[in-house]
Formats: sequence, C-alpha cells, structure tokens
Amino acid sequence: MGKVARAQRTASAWAFLIGAVLCFSFFSWFPIVREVIMSFSKPVYGGGNTWAGFANYVRIFHDPTFWQAWRNTLEFTVLALVIGYAVPFFVAILLNELRHARGYLRVLVYLPVMLPPATALVLFGYFYNPQYGLFDRLLHAVGLPVSQWVLTPGGGFFSIAMISVVIASTWMNMGSATLIYLAALQNIPGELYEAAELEGANLFQRIRHVTIPQTRLVLVMLLMLQVVATMQMFIESFVLTNGGGGVDNNTQSVVMLIYQYAFAMSGASNYNSASALGVVLMLVLAAFSGGFLWATRERG
Amino acid sequence: MATATREATRAPAAPAAGASRASRRARMAAGSHQRTLVSSVTLNSRRGKIIYRVVLALVIVVFTLVFIGPMYFLFTTGLKSTQEAIATPPTLYPHHPIPGTYSEAWSHLDVARMMGNTLYYAFGALAFQLVFDIAAAYSLSKLRPFLGNLVLFGMLATLMIPVTVLVVPQYVTVADLPILHVNLIGTPEAIWLPSVANAFNIYLLKRFFDSIPSDYIDAAQVDGASRLRILWNIVLPISRPIIAVVSIFSLVAVWKDFLWPLLVEFGYSPTRETLNVGIWQGVIGTPPNLLIAASAIAAVPTIAFFLIFQRNIMAGLTAGGIRG
Repeated sequence: MGKVARAQRTASAWAFLIGAVLCFSFFSWFPIVREVIMSFSKPVYGGGNTWAGFANYVRIFHDPTFWQAWRNTLEFTVLALVIGYAVPFFVAILLNELRHARGYLRVLVYLPVMLPPATALVLFGYFYNPQYGLFDRLLHAVGLPVSQWVLTPGGGFFSIAMISVVIASTWMNMGSATLIYLAALQNIPGELYEAAELEGANLFQRIRHVTIPQTRLVLVMLLMLQVVATMQMFIESFVLTNGGGGVDNNTQSVVMLIYQYAFAMSGASNYNSASALGVVLMLVLAAFSGGFLWATRERG
Repeated sequence: MATATREATRAPAAPAAGASRASRRARMAAGSHQRTLVSSVTLNSRRGKIIYRVVLALVIVVFTLVFIGPMYFLFTTGLKSTQEAIATPPTLYPHHPIPGTYSEAWSHLDVARMMGNTLYYAFGALAFQLVFDIAAAYSLSKLRPFLGNLVLFGMLATLMIPVTVLVVPQYVTVADLPILHVNLIGTPEAIWLPSVANAFNIYLLKRFFDSIPSDYIDAAQVDGASRLRILWNIVLPISRPIIAVVSIFSLVAVWKDFLWPLLVEFGYSPTRETLNVGIWQGVIGTPPNLLIAASAIAAVPTIAFFLIFQRNIMAGLTAGGIRG
C-alpha cells in the first residue's frame, strides 16, 4: 500500500472518529484535568486565576458541613447496602422459583425504575408528610407511634430521616439489580442443584453453596457499582428535603455539598472549593473501586 | 428472555443459537422448567404444591401492594380536591373525584412545556449519540486508525470516573468552550453534545461491530463500496439489536437526568425546565393534588414506553451487563 493511500485511509478513519473524540475532549477529558487545576486555584480580583496551593482543601476540611456530608453519605451507602443490596438478590431468587406470573412480577419490580425520579420522590414525599401522609396512617393503623420520616431531627448513625431516604431510593432503584440477578440465576446449570440435593443439602445450604458461588461475579460487580452509585447520592435527599439537606443537614450528601458550594451558596459561589471536594470524592471512589477489585480478584 | 439478551449482544446469531432458543421455547411451552433451587419433584408433591400456592399468592399480593400501591395513589390523588388530598386520615380512594384537577395541573405547571422540552432534549441527544458514537465505534472496530487504541483506552478510562463528580468543571467548560469561546448554557446542545461522550455506548457498539465477520466488509470493499456505504448498508442492518439497546438507554438517561438539566437549562431560564426539574420546582407552592397529578402525567409516557419496549429494555439491562 502506498504512502498516500495509507494517509487517506487514516484520514477517513479519523473522519468517522472525530465527532466523538471532540465531545470526549470537551466534556470528559478536559473537565477531569480542569477539576484538578481548579481545585488548586483561586480567582483573582479583576479576573483570571492564580495558584492557591492547598488553600481550597484546607478550607473545605475546616467546614463542619464537609464532615457531616461525608458521614451522611457513608450512612446512606451502608443503609442502602443493608436494605437495597440483599433485598433484590432474595427477590430474584424468589421470582426465579415461581412458575406463574413471572412476566407480571418482573414488570412490577422494574416499573419504578422507569419513572422520572422526581415523580417517584414527590410521591414518597407526599406519603411521608407528617400531617396528611399515608405512611403515618399505616403506622397508626397497626398501633405503632407515628413518625416525622425525612423530617425527623437527630443525626444518629441510623437516623429515621436517612432510613426514609433509603426506603424511597430502594423502591425506585431495586428493579435493575433484581433483573440482573434474575438473568444470572437463569444461567446456573440445574445439575448443580440436583447434585447438591442428592448429597442432602437443604434449601439454605443450596443457596449458600450453589446459588451464591455461581452468581459471585455478578454479586461482586453489583456491590461495587452500587457503592459507587450510592456514594453519589443526590436527587433523593434533594427532592425529599427540597434542596435543604434535612433537619440540621442530617441527610446532606457530598454531591449535594458540591452543588451548594458551586451554585447555591449565597454570595460568593465558589467553584474552586467545589472542585476540591470533587477531587476528594473522585479519589475516594477510585481508591474504593481499586481496592475492591484487588480484594475480590480471582485467585488461582 | 435471557437467551434473547445474549443474542442481542452477540452479533450475527449463529443458526445453532436460534435453534436452541426454539427448542428451549418448546420445552417451556411443554411445561417442563429448567431445574432451579427447588426441584419439580418437591414442587409436585402434595405438600410442595400447597406451599408453592401459598408463596405464589403471597408474592403476588405483596409485590402488587408494594409496587402498584404507590402507583395507585400517584394516579388517584390527582382526582382529589386539595382539601381531600390533605385530609387526615388520607382517603383510600377519591370520594368526590374531580377529573378537572388533571387539566388544572396541566395548565398550572405547564406540563406540556416540560414534556416538550424533555422530549426535545432526549431525542436530540439520541440523534447525536447515534451519529457520533456509531461512527466512532465503527472506526475503532473496523477501520482501526492510527492512535485508535489510545483513543479507545481514553474513552473507556472515563468509565472509572463518575459523572456527578465532574459537574463543576463540566459546567464551567460548557459555559465557555475552550478555543471556540462559545457559551452553550441554555441551548439544547448543552445536553446533546456532552451526552455523546458516553464510553458505555462506544463499548457496547464496538464489541458488537467486532463480532461482525470481516468477510462481509472485505467483499463489499472489493465491489468498490465506500466506507460510509459499508456502514450504512452492511453494518447498521446487522446491528439493529444493539442499536435498539443503546437508543433505549440513551433516551431513558436523558429522561431521568436531574442535576445537569437543572444547571444548564433551568439555571438559564425556568422555561427550559425538564419534567424532572419542573416537578421538583413545583414542590414549593403547589397544592399536593396538583403536584401529584402533574407527576402522574409525567409518569405516563415512561410507563407506556416501558410497557411497549419492555422486552428490549430488560434484554439491554442484562446485555450491556451492568450500568451504574
């Protein structure tokens, strides 16, 4: 092939590629670099930016809301794991055993995932309302004390406010995990259950020794993705508490704080502090994913 | 459905796969079921049958309550008057249904505008993604240009960085594009163009294109077909299943997005609000019956979309593997 022909080939191949490459450059690669640069800069009076060293980081570390937001985000992540991680798995196991109404149940579980999230959250906000909400009525009907739900003050690690946020979040999101598990369960060879049963394994032993090891890869992947996703919690608390972060910030999350630093702080909106917080979150998530992948790597 | 899924990502289905699917369907139709946790022997015993019936009934009742229950209130609260919607205790069904609440919500919150905006952003983003991401994936898979692998690596690496972390620098960049010095805030391109930078689409499409045998393409090349022609006449028709998956996910992603349209569209002018943002905006100062009625209207298109495309959606979910 001649030189000219080869150059032509490359040029035409790049012609196909260039649109996406430009979009990636402007909206993905450059912002990644820019976030780091911005986190080490400060605006100069009259325009432009200058090197600020770690000043932005020091400032956010001294903000009590910063620590509270991290604590809350961790709380949300842990609660979402307790409630939102195990539930879809067992729901999937249950659905996989049923021979009837499979299509119906599958559609049911996934339906909330398709709703615009604000819709689902506005609805939950209505149910949670302490004056006329349905949930208090239900509690009342079964003789339990009524609750303030998301508006419950107090910031213990498992606060009622955060549990309420997690319930709404799980309801709207569990469908996708359930269906992914269901697909994984359908790939387990039936002979394995057969063999386990012949050796006298009961139902729970079969789940423990066949189902879980056979779906390990999916379980591990979803665990990681779920943690990364829940660490970025934003809309749930933002809509349920109307952008406020709950009573005394007890449902304030890290991404909400980025938003508030950058766009909602009255007076000086500060992109640089927000970028510093963004970099911290990026590092934490990268460290988590890296560590997680390393810890769960296939051995042998 | 799982079979359909795997076929959706594994390009040109070998005849054997089709056959196995047919035989599987035949088996399912015959009533025999693939062995799962509980054997059919246990299930067919007298005790097993009773337990199964009870569990099935329980599951159907509980699931209907948990998932349809809230939906029921989503659609019936919009039929109540404001007084009834905030009555204590809440009424289980509208005692005095007022269908007018829906039309009031429609005009009061200007749902038509929110829906129009959302559709405009979603389908525009879809068009941009299909054109640029398919072209890029085709180039990376079949044309393999100089530095192509580096580009692919750079794209896939962005999967490691969650989008919300980058809102601030992205916003600043969109407000003043480097080199070009264009401000996209308030324009639909502020949603359309960043949506193209979707490594997941590129990955799914490229993986699919990779599995298309080069023989087809070589043959067309010998016949003198241009690259665009090959893409259009050979690659695209084969790739319909994966394009469907990518399309559905890109539409749903824009439809469900909140923070980005809040910043770049609503932040510019309240008339640019999407459904999500508009509903959120209505939380303050809108009586609950109107707000819920508007939410119900907002939910209808996605529910309809889901019921129509549920097969593709569920297939796509498990196909692409997993999306955060």
